Amino acid sequence: MSGMKSSLRLGWLRKMAWRDFKASAGKLSLFMVSIILGVAAIVSIQSFGETLKDNIALQSKALMGADFKIDSDHPLTEEAQAIVDSLGGADAEEISFSSMALFPKNQATKLLQVRGISNGFPFYGKLETQPESAAEDFQEKQGALLDATVMLQLNVKVGDTIKIGEVKLPVLGAVEALPGSNAVFSAIAPPVVIPYPFIEKTGLVQLGSRIDYEFYFEAPDQDMELLDQAIDNRLDEADADLDTHTSTSERLGRRYENFGKFLNLVGFIALLLGCVGIASATTIYIKDKLKSVAILKCLGASRKQAFLIYLIQIGVLGLVGGILGTIAGLLLQQLFPILLEGLLPVDVALKLSWPVIFLGIFIGAFMSLLFALYPLLSTLQVSPLQTLRVSASDNQQSSKTAIAVSLAILTFVFLFAFWLLEDWKYAASFLGGILVVFSILGGIARAFKRLLRKYFPESWSFTSRQSLRNLFRPQNQTVVLILAIGVGSFLISTLYFTKDILLAQANLDSEANQANMILLDVQKDQMTEVAQTLSSNELPPLDQIPIVTMRVQSINGRDNANLKKDTTVHINRWILNHEFRTTYRDSLIASEVLQAGTFTGTFTEEAEVVPISVSDNFAEDAKVGIGDRVTFNVQGRLLETEIGSIRTVDWSRMQLNFSIVFPAGVLERAPQFGVITTQVPDAKASAAIQQKLVKAFPNISILDLRQVLSVVEELLTKISYIINFMAFFSILIGIIVLLGAVRTSKFQRIRESVLLRTMGAKSKQILRIQGLEYLYLGLLGTLSGILLSLLGSLLLAYFAFDTAFIPSAIPFLVLLPGITALVLAIGLSNSRSVIKRSPLEVLRKEGV
Amino acid sequence: MASILEISNLAKCYTSGSKTLKVLDDINFSITEKETFSIVGPSGSGKTTLLGLCAGLDKPDSGTVTLNGVELSSLTEDERALLRNKDVGFVFQDFQLLPTLTALENVAVPLELQGVKHAMKRAAELLTKVGLGDRGNHYASQLSGGEQQRVALARAFANDPKILFADEPTGNLDAETGETVVDLLFELNKELGTTLVLVTHDMELAQKTQNILTIKGGRIANLTKASV
Repeated sequence: MSGMKSSLRLGWLRKMAWRDFKASAGKLSLFMVSIILGVAAIVSIQSFGETLKDNIALQSKALMGADFKIDSDHPLTEEAQAIVDSLGGADAEEISFSSMALFPKNQATKLLQVRGISNGFPFYGKLETQPESAAEDFQEKQGALLDATVMLQLNVKVGDTIKIGEVKLPVLGAVEALPGSNAVFSAIAPPVVIPYPFIEKTGLVQLGSRIDYEFYFEAPDQDMELLDQAIDNRLDEADADLDTHTSTSERLGRRYENFGKFLNLVGFIALLLGCVGIASATTIYIKDKLKSVAILKCLGASRKQAFLIYLIQIGVLGLVGGILGTIAGLLLQQLFPILLEGLLPVDVALKLSWPVIFLGIFIGAFMSLLFALYPLLSTLQVSPLQTLRVSASDNQQSSKTAIAVSLAILTFVFLFAFWLLEDWKYAASFLGGILVVFSILGGIARAFKRLLRKYFPESWSFTSRQSLRNLFRPQNQTVVLILAIGVGSFLISTLYFTKDILLAQANLDSEANQANMILLDVQKDQMTEVAQTLSSNELPPLDQIPIVTMRVQSINGRDNANLKKDTTVHINRWILNHEFRTTYRDSLIASEVLQAGTFTGTFTEEAEVVPISVSDNFAEDAKVGIGDRVTFNVQGRLLETEIGSIRTVDWSRMQLNFSIVFPAGVLERAPQFGVITTQVPDAKASAAIQQKLVKAFPNISILDLRQVLSVVEELLTKISYIINFMAFFSILIGIIVLLGAVRTSKFQRIRESVLLRTMGAKSKQILRIQGLEYLYLGLLGTLSGILLSLLGSLLLAYFAFDTAFIPSAIPFLVLLPGITALVLAIGLSNSRSVIKRSPLEVLRKEGV
Repeated sequence: MASILEISNLAKCYTSGSKTLKVLDDINFSITEKETFSIVGPSGSGKTTLLGLCAGLDKPDSGTVTLNGVELSSLTEDERALLRNKDVGFVFQDFQLLPTLTALENVAVPLELQGVKHAMKRAAELLTKVGLGDRGNHYASQLSGGEQQRVALARAFANDPKILFADEPTGNLDAETGETVVDLLFELNKELGTTLVLVTHDMELAQKTQNILTIKGGRIANLTKASV
């Protein structure tokens, strides 16, 4: 008989899987919901990210309006002009800067991005205006096109006049779309388009002003990579930059990719919760099937056959769940453009991304099998002897199996996180974070049980004692339930706290005596007069900051060009390319902390070189330390300096911060302009002083920080919409997991309740015992999750964001009672069958 | 007649905590083909354990079980399952129908496992034989206890087993229904020429078999010819 072999009979296995599923479909609803929600979360984000990336790439030319451009923040140098000429000359030019504009009709003023565009631009995409004809004839009619929102805000009509510097132009139309506009920046300084020749006439193009010169090229047949290789370095040396439509779209794509990565993590957490749901639902399901497995084995089915019947079921269900989840995800992503309206750089035409569809279906099937594997493997251990005696059951998994399945799950989580984040360190941190959370929650549950056993309150009433005993009796579900409840609460409250951190980080609320209006581009000879104008209007000029622009000429004797060529030097490119706006003063300010060296307030002639103070990020990127020498080119004159101190700068504070600070007594006579800050009490005062300043000093730009604040707030609100949207998924799946976990414990609870009932326990007593037990579990699980999340968020705020955040009370006020009540409700619903029916009926029905 | 089941020096212990409980010890007997045989004894005497060992559902600690010429301890679990599928039928006290399968599908399972063609047709015939031809599409939960046991009988005989083990087949039935099921069991057994091993504490039922083995405290107390 030793040669006995049985074939698997795949046809029969499929038939059995289907027969069994038909009669058990309802019991798999938790499983299906878990997988559908988890897959929908990941697919919606993935698909939207892919679509956005494709759209940015597809619309790259329209985004720039040209094939490529050469730009510079000063008029082209001779060398740069020669390169432009060698390319056949630019097809269109643009000069742009920020400036205050005045609307004489109602005396309103507004900081605008003035774009002087020559005829013919854009070559791609469309300058959309209202009326449409304005885009075509504004050059010819010598008028301005003004941002549509500004027209609405300031009640400017077509035909009204706009005054920019010395120039007055009629407003010919409202700009609705403009290639090359940045959505967020446009919100702070909305665009006004004027014909190129009028730029000079504004009289605003002068020293110290921040002006961009752009040269657009139309070259559809040009290979952008070859062009980049040919002229990028030469342009770099000539103080200009090349931007191709492909590099711009890639840069833009990357920016949104980072946001996408964060959302992906949120989606992945939802998917992981879904996987906990899968494992929990499969555990319940398989537990229900163990008797059938024993019967099948008794009738001659092999271990493999019995296992495969349920594996096929789970695999097919996972596949179907993956398909349904993918469909749901694709439908859901339609909401994203609505939620993120105004934040996206392109019009998003949603399309089907086959890799994402494949991913959704694969994830559905694979995650189902992976997370169902451990409960499924228990079918292999079922003895046919169980048909005769339940007590003969020995379904203990070997620890080797448990370790193997756990390792497979951890590997998968790591690989998936790595695929999402493209950084193994982040992926490992994510996995580590999850493991730490699970270990701490598990530890809390175990410690709680141990403490209960040790300090058991013997004097309590029977029902109270009984409910507490339930938490540590054999086959208790304390650890599982606290893990499920705790992880769910942890994730949901982390989403809330993270939002708080982001908001704290961006908090621009004007504190007492803190500037909320910044006057930029004030010429040196205007400083006193502007300050007087402010004072005479009862506005205190809080800071008067001189600004001197300069570039790095050499570091420790090696000149800029030499350093750029040397590939072994790891100095960050921006240090060598950037035009630094530096200041000079005799002391540190509130946003600065001395990290190393000595801050020199005033320069004395005895010193050999000028001791300067640099920010820590400058020192890090320029690879310099105390004592190193840096020579600056201050508008033609070389100035040798030595790093005297390094400061930590809190860049998040809404005030003017500088990478490089000179001591007083060095730059006073250098060409410079200034910044004056003040605090205005309200919008009316702000409008009034803006009008006065614009009239008297047309070159000054005024930044009203309260307006910036409202833009940032709007931005965060939009981002929080989508975070909340994803949190909603986690909450939904969390509830499913909870239902699963409570249902898993149902069998133990019912057996005991029936016994108590048989011995004469009243409904009230049974309800009280179970209610208290679930109340303890709900409270402990939720509180542990929230506190753990609070701790994590505090650490994150302190170490990563360097901000003091005041945690939201919502997790404590809403989540804690809410989730506890939910656990209680789900738990008590278990007892209903015991209370309403006779004990025998319950035993028969539940098969306990 | 040739022996279909031979039990030799069989012993079985169960461990509970640090204690070892000897459930069966020094069991020896054999059953010939087509014989009807009952195992009786008080509760906890070890009769169900003995049945499990005889049918290859469990492994003895010592001794051998030879079923249809095959020594069971030499087989793997899957080989024992295959042997059960070919040669063994079961009737349980609590019927043990697969709850997610209809009556007809339940009866067809052993045949389908063997890869028998027209399994459903054969299953339908058997259901008709036990008087449930019209209940084939009902699930176990839609049948009475007696009906469930009749489906279990049809399933037990479906693979044309050489030996049929019945564990307290009337234990969960009222007297009248129990009698009907027993009559059917013996009738089918006779018709199909199957060896029947019956575990019961009902002496009246045991008297219907040709041989009665009495177990007490895990040991054979008596082996008698019944007065059929």
